Amino acid sequence: MSNMVQKQGVGIFFSHMLILFGIAIILFPIYLAFIASTHEQAALVTPPMPLLPGDHFWTNYKEALGSGVNVPVWTMLINSMVMSLGITIGKIVISLLSAFAIVYFNFRFKMFFFWMIFLTLMLPVEVRIVPTYQVIANFGMLNSYSGLIFPLIASATATFLFRQVFMSMPNELVEAAKVDGAGPMKFFWDILIPISKTNIAALFVILFIYGWNQYLWPLLITTEPEMNTIVMGIKQMFPSGDDIPNWPVIMATAILAMLPPILVIIFMQRLFVKGLVDSEK
Amino acid sequence: MQTSAVFSNRWLPYALLAPQLIITGVFFFWPAFEAVKQSLYMSDPFGLSMQFVGTENFEYLFKDSYYRTSFVTTAIFSTLVTISSLSVALLLAVLVDRVIKGSGAYRSILIWPYAIAPAVAGVLWLFMFNPSIGVASYYLKLMGYEWNHVLNGGEAMFLVVVASAWKQISYNFLFFLAGLQSIPGSVIEAAAIDGAGFWKRFRTIVFPLLSPTTFFLVVVNIIYAFFETFAVIHTITSGGPQQSTTILVYKVFTDGFVSQDLGSSAAQSVVLLILVGLLTIVQFKYIERKVHY
Repeated sequence: MSNMVQKQGVGIFFSHMLILFGIAIILFPIYLAFIASTHEQAALVTPPMPLLPGDHFWTNYKEALGSGVNVPVWTMLINSMVMSLGITIGKIVISLLSAFAIVYFNFRFKMFFFWMIFLTLMLPVEVRIVPTYQVIANFGMLNSYSGLIFPLIASATATFLFRQVFMSMPNELVEAAKVDGAGPMKFFWDILIPISKTNIAALFVILFIYGWNQYLWPLLITTEPEMNTIVMGIKQMFPSGDDIPNWPVIMATAILAMLPPILVIIFMQRLFVKGLVDSEK
Repeated sequence: MQTSAVFSNRWLPYALLAPQLIITGVFFFWPAFEAVKQSLYMSDPFGLSMQFVGTENFEYLFKDSYYRTSFVTTAIFSTLVTISSLSVALLLAVLVDRVIKGSGAYRSILIWPYAIAPAVAGVLWLFMFNPSIGVASYYLKLMGYEWNHVLNGGEAMFLVVVASAWKQISYNFLFFLAGLQSIPGSVIEAAAIDGAGFWKRFRTIVFPLLSPTTFFLVVVNIIYAFFETFAVIHTITSGGPQQSTTILVYKVFTDGFVSQDLGSSAAQSVVLLILVGLLTIVQFKYIERKVHY
């Protein structure tokens, strides 16, 4: 916008104030969780709780990471990391391969396969909860990393995204590769993958957050606390009945659970925004 | 999609597609097929035998007043989440687009909630509004309002809506901001020269030009409210009190896993499948022009 439209100085000042007010409200729940994670239980259960940091930061985080409530948070962090990296890498690999097949080969039933992948968009895990659980149980994959990862790694979105990327590549690339006598897989590794690097990285960021934040699926198939992921494990830390929850440890866990994705967003903001826009096509 | 330059290989394309197809077959199509099948059968309480009952599960389902209520709850919930999240996000995007100075910094902070898992968002809001120790409920009490979402259905609904909408603000904000920034400055200037004030420009030019973004976001937010908010509800209210926050997805879960009523749960899955199908078609109708088959 030009200066002409921007001139109202008071309006601009007012806008800044409104934005800061909005940001304050939006960040308040996160701030409060952090404050709670630095106090002892006694300070939290006698309202109003303090609004400035206390001196129990180390004790609370040490207790959370070391012993937690049902299982050390450290274990849940590792489980979350394995699951989200598994989902992310799995989705990217199988989508790259299928997009490559669809764009660079002609073969029978191509359209059929294409629509089959497309249809998975209409089958989020939430609508096939019970039968998918039964499939996993039949395979003996409950409480395992493969059970956490495999049902979530098919990806129509990622396949379409890479398909678009590949289709936008000039045909001369393939011609040149053929002239040089490169086979399809060599072309894939040496040319396509390096060219798609930014797209892969952007998608990686989005998928990592997606994988990390999974809730329903881990909740169903991890019955042993040792296999809990941190995002679903928090709820398990609340006692049943009228017992008072261990708030300092729960809030420290909440902070630890949001830390990896927030760090990813802060340090890879450009890739994140690109990934978000890309994956909506 | 036909690139003129293609490789020819008899088996390689199938091998490349195999991982994706195996995963979709085993974990998507087989379970979906099972859901349809189970919805037509009724099993005895011990799961020993299955009896074909046709559409009986569906008839029971729609006669069940809890299920019909759950439809209404879902409609109210997703409408509230969509409207509140979109309007806050639009307001912030308009403001940030307007100030220019500092807009980058504002943007990097406003995207934080996107990173936070719905389940964690639920825990944060639950902590603030906990009836006995929450900060918000404490100050509400000082002002003479006794907050207890554990007993009051309306308050429970309010809380899950706020937590769900809060998490979605970042996403909506980013898309609105991108939409606003793609409006040519000259259009706005021309209106300004004609003497149109900020509000008039917003109503007559900016908002209409944003309508494709808005429409897209409405669909995305409805899908979000339908499916991804499961964790928010599970952490904050567990569907209560008296099922006042039991949305459809939550009911599939409780009927399938808690009360083990497989036939009914499967029938509900099938209903949801149809709903997702419709939503996906609407979504793709909109982005059709960008996806070239």
